[in-house]
Amino acid sequence: MSAHAVYVMSAYLVALVILGGLLVSSLATRNRVRRELAARGLERKK
Amino acid sequence: MADLHFLANPARFRRFSQRVLPSLAFATVLMLAVGLYMALIQSPPDYQQGDTVRIMFVHVPSAWLAMAGYALLAGLGASLLIWRHPLAALMARASAPVGAGFCAVCLLTGALWGRPMWGAYWVWDARLTSMLLLFFLYLGHIALSRAYDEPERGDRAAAILALVGVINLPIIKFSVDWWNTLHQPASVARLGGPSIHPSILIPLLWMAATLFLLFVLLVLLRTDTEIDRRRLENAELQA
Repeated sequence: MSAHAVYVMSAYLVALVILGGLLVSSLATRNRVRRELAARGLERKK
Repeated sequence: MADLHFLANPARFRRFSQRVLPSLAFATVLMLAVGLYMALIQSPPDYQQGDTVRIMFVHVPSAWLAMAGYALLAGLGASLLIWRHPLAALMARASAPVGAGFCAVCLLTGALWGRPMWGAYWVWDARLTSMLLLFFLYLGHIALSRAYDEPERGDRAAAILALVGVINLPIIKFSVDWWNTLHQPASVARLGGPSIHPSILIPLLWMAATLFLLFVLLVLLRTDTEIDRRRLENAELQA
């Protein structure tokens, strides 16, 4: 992919890190909050 | 509109998001795989910009979603201040970091596109500067909503900022028409139709649809968490 490949791949890497990071942190926070709710006996009803 | 009011109840919203999230995640992954193939392999290089045009497939949808995300924040802010919808504040708290993330992707990928095309990562151009202002508005919203001991006060202050800051959206959109800018003018959402060849327009719209699904997925997931977090805070207050 030509001499500009470094810019193109860096752009996709930046998008992956930021958006992937948002997804991972959202899942981690959800699991943590659910664990804390479960510890207080406030689990969600299925 | 009636459906939106139906979802304003946190319990109903949670049941809805639980049903939708798995299929939404599956569709996002599938569309992302196809989108990356179209963007990085199938689409041709531009006759002037060469392969750097492939940056557009993440840069432009991120810009659209950053702006749409802020319009959503403003709508939620109005909903909170006028109708006191219980879900509006929670969804606004959930949406602001997602919008800020897409705004950051737009700014950084734009810098990586600017360097080979303009010879500079950054210029104080009207489009770039107004987009940077949007990023700061997002950061301000996140900071304000968490700045008070009483979450409701923070939510109201952030809602006011969201409504005031919405004036920046038409400035971003029309900055390339109102001022002489290095940034190119609109080439998709313009009178007279898109000026991009279908071989590049189709992957662009595909990636926009994919990132839109990711945006919705993140907002639903984080709103669901905010509902649980509010339950946790209420339980701590009662203990």
